[in-house]
Amino acid sequence: MSESAPLTIDQPGQAASATPPAPGRSRRLSDRWLAGAFISPALLLLLAMSVFPLLWALYLSFTDYSATRGGPAHFVWFENYTAILTSAQVHLRAFTTLIYVVGAVALQTTLGFTIAYLISRRTHGRGLLTTLFLVPMMLSPVVVGLFWRFMLDAQFGVINSMLGSLGLGQVEWLTQQGTALLSLIVVDTWQWTPFIMLIALAGLTAVPKYLYEAASIDRASEWFRFRTITLPLVWPLLLIAVLFRAIEAFRLFDLVYILTSGGPGVSTETLSFHVYKVAFLGFNTGTASAYGILMVLIVLVLTQLYLRYLNKLKED
Amino acid sequence: MAVSVDEAVSAGPGRDHTPPTRRRSGRGRAVLEVALLTVLAVVMLFPVLWMIETSIKENRDVYAIPAKFFDFKVTLDHFKDVFAGSGGGRSALSVSFLNSVVVAGVSTALATVLGVPAAWAYSRFSVKAKKDQLFFILSTRFMPPVVVVIPIFLMYRQLGLIDNKLGLILIYTAFNVPFTIWMMKGFVDEVPAEYEDAAMLDGYTRLQAFWKFTLPLLLPGIAATAVFALIFSWNEFVFAIFLTSSDSVRTAPPAIAGLIGGTTVDWGLVAAASVVFALPVLVFAYLVRKHLVAGVTLGAVRR
Repeated sequence: MSESAPLTIDQPGQAASATPPAPGRSRRLSDRWLAGAFISPALLLLLAMSVFPLLWALYLSFTDYSATRGGPAHFVWFENYTAILTSAQVHLRAFTTLIYVVGAVALQTTLGFTIAYLISRRTHGRGLLTTLFLVPMMLSPVVVGLFWRFMLDAQFGVINSMLGSLGLGQVEWLTQQGTALLSLIVVDTWQWTPFIMLIALAGLTAVPKYLYEAASIDRASEWFRFRTITLPLVWPLLLIAVLFRAIEAFRLFDLVYILTSGGPGVSTETLSFHVYKVAFLGFNTGTASAYGILMVLIVLVLTQLYLRYLNKLKED
Repeated sequence: MAVSVDEAVSAGPGRDHTPPTRRRSGRGRAVLEVALLTVLAVVMLFPVLWMIETSIKENRDVYAIPAKFFDFKVTLDHFKDVFAGSGGGRSALSVSFLNSVVVAGVSTALATVLGVPAAWAYSRFSVKAKKDQLFFILSTRFMPPVVVVIPIFLMYRQLGLIDNKLGLILIYTAFNVPFTIWMMKGFVDEVPAEYEDAAMLDGYTRLQAFWKFTLPLLLPGIAATAVFALIFSWNEFVFAIFLTSSDSVRTAPPAIAGLIGGTTVDWGLVAAASVVFALPVLVFAYLVRKHLVAGVTLGAVRR
């Protein structure tokens, strides 16, 4: 669009300045050249650092290569894949991941939207409140993980200390089968509730005021207004935030690594963490690659969904 | 208050209020909402406050049972330990902070240099399959790091980039470029293409028009984008822990995580290191608060 218009208008200006002959043609060529020169370095880097490694992983996934043993890789075709897909261990990890993703995302969506709704109804101190709520999101997962590990410590953690002063029993949050995954979900929720809140708030403040005014003239109830005005207008944006969080939660590794290292037993071992164990502790590079490729496929499906909704939102 | 809860929740569409009750219940409801917000804010901020508190507590008070909230002895020893080594000189932690500055700074600069022109080109020119290209670019950012790190590890082993700052810089640049392109494309779209057309009418070439007229207008956007890229690289952990090992190369996140390796953990030191590590991020995030929505969604959602 921006290309065709100037072509005709620019002729006089071009003729005046000292440029090579046939300015129209050279302009188009130079534009294309410029676009190529500006885009290709970035694309080349992505090809070298993202696509090439993934293709390599794809190749490795058909072999029995091991990073420590070295030596030539033997083709085993789909053996790695069938081994993974039929393994009860992997099914268990997939189930753990599912609980984790669904639990964390559901919790932070509910909480985040509630906070955003409450903030959007305030007239004073909105900026300050929002800023304060956003702090956890900006912290590194390392800091978040370490710190919660300290707070959830069974002996001198502050959470148990507070429970104790309330007369409740002590809980071994991170070292007990039942509570470890719950703790992980809580910590992830603590860190990422602000993310949902931020985006929900953006949606809520964009709802035109006159809609509410019209509704209150019609004496529509609060709940009715919420259901018919607020929710439909905020929902598309919220959905994008939820999908985004789902992708992030699915590929999460650092928090698990620092908080529980997959334990106790394998109760908090998500798929991401299991890949790490297979690749860097078991050194079954081939199997780990096959595993990784399968995870990439899931991420790609989720990303496609995310981008589709994003596109829809942009077109509206 | 209980009354107002009932009303706030159960007032169905058909229910009719008389004006006075409605006003009173409205105030009660506002009080309840503020109370709820306060509780939520306290819950969300408590861990951060606790971290700051722990970082200035004496060791005895850090491990006190029951936990001490107010009457503890203030000390700055933990902060001293973050920077000064036990045998004099710099501590391993402070070296890792310097490494983080170098790695995050250089990778951000590279991502900006590669990403901004690409974003401009995507915004201004009709590129073949533009949408597909842009989607491809963003989807590389969503790859699980644990998966990508396996082939990257093997690749770096061949190239001698394991335990090398350059290796980290390259991978961080690669994961910041998609973000920079998406974020910057939004900013470029906001600058009318007519400025460049007008400049070209005056005899400037397309490149000069970009350099002299569009780029200065983009500077605030570039600054905001760079700040986010800086935060992402600064906070990154997965690549850092797998691709580096020696103290002289390691960035701060794996170095801080390394503090809990032993049998006893010096939580005061961990807290102090975390505070020092998180402070610049919070300051930077505050500077770009206007662009937070776009920043945290990798430039995809704009308001």
